Amino acid sequence: MDDAAIRFEHVTKRFGSQVVLNDVSLAFPAGKTTVIAGGSGQGKSVTLKLILGLLQPEAGKIFVEGQNIVGLGRRQLNEVRRKFGVLFQGAALLDSLTVYENVALPLEERTSLSREEIRRRVTESLVQFDLAEHGDKYPAQLSGGMRKRVGLARALQLEPSIMLFDEPTTGLDPLKAMDIYDLFYHTQKLYGFTSIIVSHDIPKIFNLADQVVILAAGRFIVFEDPSEIWTSDRPEIRDLVNRVMGTVYNSKLVEATP
Amino acid sequence: MRGLIERMGGLGLYYLHDLGRMGIFLFQCVQGIFRRPFRFRALVRQIGLIGVDSLPVIFFTGAFTGMVLGLQGYYSLRKFGSEGMLGSAVALSLFRELAPVLTALMVTGRAGSAMCAELGIMRNSEQLDALECMAIDPFRYLVAPKFLATLISLPILTLFFDLIGIYGGYLTGVSLLGVNAGAYFAGMEASVVNKDITLGLVKALVFGLLIVWICTGRGYFVHVIRNAGFGAEGVSKVTTQAVVVTSIAILVWDYIITALML
Repeated sequence: MDDAAIRFEHVTKRFGSQVVLNDVSLAFPAGKTTVIAGGSGQGKSVTLKLILGLLQPEAGKIFVEGQNIVGLGRRQLNEVRRKFGVLFQGAALLDSLTVYENVALPLEERTSLSREEIRRRVTESLVQFDLAEHGDKYPAQLSGGMRKRVGLARALQLEPSIMLFDEPTTGLDPLKAMDIYDLFYHTQKLYGFTSIIVSHDIPKIFNLADQVVILAAGRFIVFEDPSEIWTSDRPEIRDLVNRVMGTVYNSKLVEATP
Repeated sequence: MRGLIERMGGLGLYYLHDLGRMGIFLFQCVQGIFRRPFRFRALVRQIGLIGVDSLPVIFFTGAFTGMVLGLQGYYSLRKFGSEGMLGSAVALSLFRELAPVLTALMVTGRAGSAMCAELGIMRNSEQLDALECMAIDPFRYLVAPKFLATLISLPILTLFFDLIGIYGGYLTGVSLLGVNAGAYFAGMEASVVNKDITLGLVKALVFGLLIVWICTGRGYFVHVIRNAGFGAEGVSKVTTQAVVVTSIAILVWDYIITALML
């Protein structure tokens, strides 16, 4: 039995002559949180889109709960996508729908639940995510943090077994970002889903991680223990840390040194 | 020289690919119309946006087109002593040609551009990706109601244009220039046959299809259109392109349909 929720096997993804992922293999353990970090343009969001089947690799296989999704048709992909909940960078709420309608959307479109049952579930979710007062508002009337909460509430409606978060704290101030991390932590514990977070927010995001994947030069560098990243002597990691994370890395290194 | 040939070849391949992509898009939209669950409320809303909200602009365009036809027709026909044929000239011009073409051009500018920009913004803000990730078919959910609403609205708006245009012609021809009212309507009744109205309605249906296909397709593919740029600039460029391409397509297809059905 494969204990990985998602598995990449020798995956290569190119855009023209640019190789974004170069023959990479990786397992995302079920029920755990994997953080994908790296500099801009290294292929973090591409990795998420490959998992979702929004992009197809040039080579390799991608298994989602044991099923290879490479080359699947639209209908089969839709079945696989039922396993996913996704929180996009800007939350990607449908801006012509209210908060209530956005959260209700997956239930209305993908289930045969009665209107009353949908209303009950959505109202419960809005209370859980502290949005009960905002059900009639439109996304444009919400703050960034509230939009993320609505996005998370919507993503959890179909009780996904895998949650993908694309830059979940981009555009939020540090306090709001901490609130969002707190929310992730508690919802992950509550629902027990496999969580994959793409983020720039280093080192804070590592506190949530069971596994960290650094993307550099088309390769995955995996740290099963996130604290190893601070003491790694791999040249790619040191280079990336020095260039991208700079002073943060140095201060953390000082703290980590006994 | 080799570079020029390569560039032209690349451009040719791009447009061929684009045409194929748009063809598949049209096929998926038609499939989306027949997929369940049917979005009746969204259809009604789109008819409101595309059809009902276009009524004022169609009213003014129809009225002034009819008035100009009345004036021009009167001065032309008077040279031959045939002012009594004014009603016939106004009605035939409207039914066969001007009403479907001008209605389609107005709807392209008003509703087609809005459809293109809406889908382009949804693409850029990942709303279309979000729908796909929720396993909600964006063709059925978003595009199909716009398709049906445009196909329903265009013929009705064209008939409305005909009606207003005829009364615009009456206003200048009869009320201002003194053509006999009975002659105006009798000439119309004698010369307009079912085929003239059918021709106008067929044109309206084809133009409706062109508007919704090109405008939604350009918006949907805003992220892959050559030289469109990104973000708000990309959406504005693609919206302009959609309106221009649709307008040209309407005029080209107007000729083709006229030639086929004459």
